[in-house]
Amino acid sequence: MAKIIQVGMADLKMTRAPDRLMTAGLGSCIGICIYDRAIKLGSLAHIMLPSSLQAKNPENKAKFADSAIEVVLDMMLKNGANRSRLQAKIAGGAQMFKFSGESDIMKIGERNAIAVEENLQKHRIPLLARDTGGNYGRTITFDPETGDLMVRTIGHGERII
Amino acid sequence: MEDFTQLSGLQLDALKEIGNIGAGNAATALAQMVQTKIDMTVPRVSILPFADVPDLLGGADAHVVGIYFIVTGPAPTSILFILIAEKAGLLVDMLLQRKAGETDVYNLSEMEMSAMMELGNILSATYLNAMSMFTQLNFTPSVPALGVDMAGAILNAILAQFGEIADHVLLLETDFTKGEDEVVGHFFLLPEPGSLQTILTALGVSY
Repeated sequence: MAKIIQVGMADLKMTRAPDRLMTAGLGSCIGICIYDRAIKLGSLAHIMLPSSLQAKNPENKAKFADSAIEVVLDMMLKNGANRSRLQAKIAGGAQMFKFSGESDIMKIGERNAIAVEENLQKHRIPLLARDTGGNYGRTITFDPETGDLMVRTIGHGERII
Repeated sequence: MEDFTQLSGLQLDALKEIGNIGAGNAATALAQMVQTKIDMTVPRVSILPFADVPDLLGGADAHVVGIYFIVTGPAPTSILFILIAEKAGLLVDMLLQRKAGETDVYNLSEMEMSAMMELGNILSATYLNAMSMFTQLNFTPSVPALGVDMAGAILNAILAQFGEIADHVLLLETDFTKGEDEVVGHFFLLPEPGSLQTILTALGVSY
């Protein structure tokens, strides 16, 4: 029986097909899917912030783009993934609120997206597809069987990337 | 002071009292604006890991209207007023004295948006006034920011600010109800970790 595994905010999970991974309500956060299609092993990390380096409390590694990708890689390689086969898809990184005097923290979505891309590049994981930016939330479901990432929104359509 | 879980019963009660008076004033202001009886629930103080916060709003997927304020001063906090999407539409209809069901919250006109923000302004101002009286501290709210979307998405950007220092967030929540127990909205005060101590000290229940 195929399950849909829920991933919360600042959380990460790994699974094999036919199970799928899902995270609801991505705003400025980003859902990072890294997978090895050959063995149908996939992971989903729901990160909130770009970097664990400046954080005063970096204990929860799933919260940051850099440390979450490292944890995921480690976990996947230990479970039989081949580094050269790994691929990634990402979604999220919206700017939910606009203030007239825009503070930096409000651009967190954009900063998250940049950090995720940089870290994927650093680990040489090709980014096959992305659905980032805008000012609306996303709920995503990832299928390790096909590598399809389904993105649902309120009022901005539904798509598979 | 990072560890919210060590708050004493007395400190929790002091925070709830802020919620009581603050939200009581705000409920009265809201009732006057929409000319309907608005009640409020007993305030709750929750200390939650980030991942659990969307559950307070009916899940990360729930459709909501969020009105958000950054509050500056000696004890910076955030205010988040969350309305269930259909209820928000009805409130706007009441504010603009129209028939119920005319407002489409997913497609707000300029006028409707400004009515919604004004509602937020008045609620946060009355709430913060009560807090200032209690603590003798100044609280200055920003202009409101409005979002109509999934509860999780609206919370993301706000919680990210706390994420740099904490894994938990303290929420002081009061729900507004209309009629018997029809929840209209949730009012949240989210003090930044350092601010909590300032507020508690001002209330005479410091560590």
